[in-house]
Amino acid sequence: MTEQTSPSPKTTTDDIIIARDVHKWFGELHVLKGINLTVKTGEVVVVFGASGSGKSTFIRTINRLEHHQRGEIIVDGIAMTNDIRNIAAIRSEIGMVFQSFNLFPHLTALENITLAPRKVKKLARSEADAIGMKLLERVGIPEQAHKHPAQLSGGQQQRVAIARALAMNPKIMLFDEPTSALDPEMISEVLDVMQSLARDTGMTMICVTHEMGFARAVANRMVFFDHGEIVEIGTPKEIFEEPKQERTKQFLSQILH
Amino acid sequence: MTAESIRPPRTVIGPIAWLRENLFSGPISSIITIVLGALLVWVAIQVGQWALTEARWNVVSNNLRLFLIGQYPADQAWRLWAAMAVLSVLAGASAGVHGLASRMLAVTLSAIQLLLAVLMLFSPIGITAVAAYAFNAAIVWVAMVAGFRGLVPRRPLGWAWIVSLPLTFYLVSGFAGTPLESISSNVWGGLLLTVLLAVVGIVLSFPLGVILALGRRSELPVLRILSTGYIELIRGVPLVTILFMADIILPLFLPGEWRLDRIARAMGGITLFSAAYVAENVRGGLQAIPSGQIEAAHALGLGGVQTNRYIVLPQALRAVIPANVGLFISLLKDTTLVTIIGLLELLGISRAVLAQSDSFGASLEVYVFIAAVFFVLSYAMSQASYRLERALGVGTR
Repeated sequence: MTEQTSPSPKTTTDDIIIARDVHKWFGELHVLKGINLTVKTGEVVVVFGASGSGKSTFIRTINRLEHHQRGEIIVDGIAMTNDIRNIAAIRSEIGMVFQSFNLFPHLTALENITLAPRKVKKLARSEADAIGMKLLERVGIPEQAHKHPAQLSGGQQQRVAIARALAMNPKIMLFDEPTSALDPEMISEVLDVMQSLARDTGMTMICVTHEMGFARAVANRMVFFDHGEIVEIGTPKEIFEEPKQERTKQFLSQILH
Repeated sequence: MTAESIRPPRTVIGPIAWLRENLFSGPISSIITIVLGALLVWVAIQVGQWALTEARWNVVSNNLRLFLIGQYPADQAWRLWAAMAVLSVLAGASAGVHGLASRMLAVTLSAIQLLLAVLMLFSPIGITAVAAYAFNAAIVWVAMVAGFRGLVPRRPLGWAWIVSLPLTFYLVSGFAGTPLESISSNVWGGLLLTVLLAVVGIVLSFPLGVILALGRRSELPVLRILSTGYIELIRGVPLVTILFMADIILPLFLPGEWRLDRIARAMGGITLFSAAYVAENVRGGLQAIPSGQIEAAHALGLGGVQTNRYIVLPQALRAVIPANVGLFISLLKDTTLVTIIGLLELLGISRAVLAQSDSFGASLEVYVFIAAVFFVLSYAMSQASYRLERALGVGTR
C-alpha cells in the first residue's frame, strides 16, 4: 500500500475517515460549508450543535445516505465516488444507528440482525443466528430475540438497532442522535451499550448527541457544528472547561443550563 | 404502587336491559323499532313463502351441470374431479406445513367442494360426482394432517405446485393424440369458466401489477414513463372495451395462422386490465414505507434489489392486502362481462338455461342462485383476507 511511497505511513494508515472541504447543498440551501475532519482508528468523536447545523447531514455523507457535492471523503483508504462498488465497499465498513431506530417492523429482533449477514454476506441461517444471539446478549436482551419491534420498548429497539449495525462487523459506527427519541428512563441503557462498545472494543465511533455526560466519559474529541461549519474541535476537557469560541460557549451554556 | 388495584366495573348487561337500552330507549326509538321490526318480519315471510313454496328450484337443480361446467362433456367430468383432487391435496399439504393464510385457502377449498357435493345430491348429475367432491373435500384434511405431522417435505411441495399448473391444465383441456382427448375451450363454461378466469386473472395480474408499480417509481425514465403510460391508459378504458379489443381487434393484427384461444384472449384482457389497478394499489403501499427503512437497509449494505425484496415489498404488499382483495373480489364479479364476447361463464350460461322452454318464468330462481354463488365466493375471499391480515399482523406491527 502506501507504506513504501509515503514518507509518514503512520498518520495515513491511522486516519480511518478523512473529510476534506466537504460541501453540500439542499437545493439553494448551503448546509455543509467546507467540512474538514480526520478521525483516527479507535477514536470516539462526539459531534454536537444546534438542530439544522448540518451535523447529521455530515455523518450521513460518510456512508453516502447523502451525497456531498464538493470536496472528498475517504473511508479506510477508499475514496467516495459515484461508483456503486465503492459505495458498497464503504458501507460494508460502517454501521449506522438512527434517531428513530428504523428497525424493520415485519421482522423479529433476531431477523433484523441476521438479515444483512445472510443476504449480503451470504452466511447460512444457523451461522447468522449464532452471531445474532451473541450480539443480543451483548446488548443485554437475548430474551427478546423473537419479538417484533412493536413489542419492544424504545430502549430495547435502539439496542437491537445497535446489534443490527454490529452484525456486519463494521470498523466504524455512526450514531445519529441515538437517544433523542427515547423516554428519559431508557436513555442510560442505550448509552451504557455505546459506552462499553467504545471502551471494550476500541470501535471507531462518531456520535451526534447532546448527552454531555457520555461525551465527557468516552469522547476523545468533541466537534461543535454551527450553520454548516465546524466552529471548534477539542478534547472534552478543552470544550467544557475552556472553549475558545464565543459560539461554543453560548451553545454549551444553553444546553448545560 | 400502594393503592390496591380493583377490577373494572361490570359492563355486561342482561337481554332485557339490552333491549331497553338499544331498541326502546325512548318513544321515537320504540316506534322506529316496532315499524322496522314489522317490516322485516313481513319481508322475511314473503321471501320465505316464495322460496319454500312457489320457487321452482328444480330449474336450478336440473341444470346444475350446466351451471357448474357448461357444455363440458359429462363423460369427461372426472378429469375436473381429478384436477380438483390435485389442488386439494396440495392446498391441504401446504396448509399443514405453512399454516396461517394457506390454511384458510385449504379450508375454503374443502368447504366449497363439500357444498358442491351437497348441491349435487339434489340434481340428476349422479352419485359418482357427489362422491368425488366429498372425497376431495376430505383429502384436503388428510393432506393437512400429513403436512402438520411433518410428513410432507417443504421443498418438493413448492415444486409440486409448479408442476401442478401444467398438470391440471392438461387434465382440464387435454391434448389431441394423447390419452386425454382434447376438449375445446369453446365448451368450457359456467362456474368452471368463472373460477378459471378469476384465478388466472388474479395470479397473473398480481406480479404484473407489482412490477408496474416498481417501474412507475423507478429512477430510469424510460421504465417510469412506460409504466405510468400503461397504467394511465388502461385505467382510462372500460373493461368491456378491453375485452372487445382482445376478442375482435387483436386477431386482426395478428398473422392469420396465429389463432389465440378465445378464453386465453379474455384472460389476457382481464389480466392486463387488473394489473393497472393492482399497480396503483401497490404504489400506495410503496409510498407509505418511511424513507428511514430504505436508509437503514442501505446502511447495512443491502443493494437496491435486495432492499425492495426484503424490506420494501414485504411491508408494502402487506399494507395493501385489504385494497387488493377488494380489487380481486370485483375482478371475480367482473368476469361476468365476458358474456358480451360470447363466453358462457356463470351468468352467460344462466341466460342459456333461461332460454329453454321448461325454465320459462324461473329467472328469479336462477338469478338468486347465481347471486348466492357469487356471494359465497366473494365472502370466502374477504374472510381469507381478514385471516391473512391478522396472521401477518397488519396494523399492529
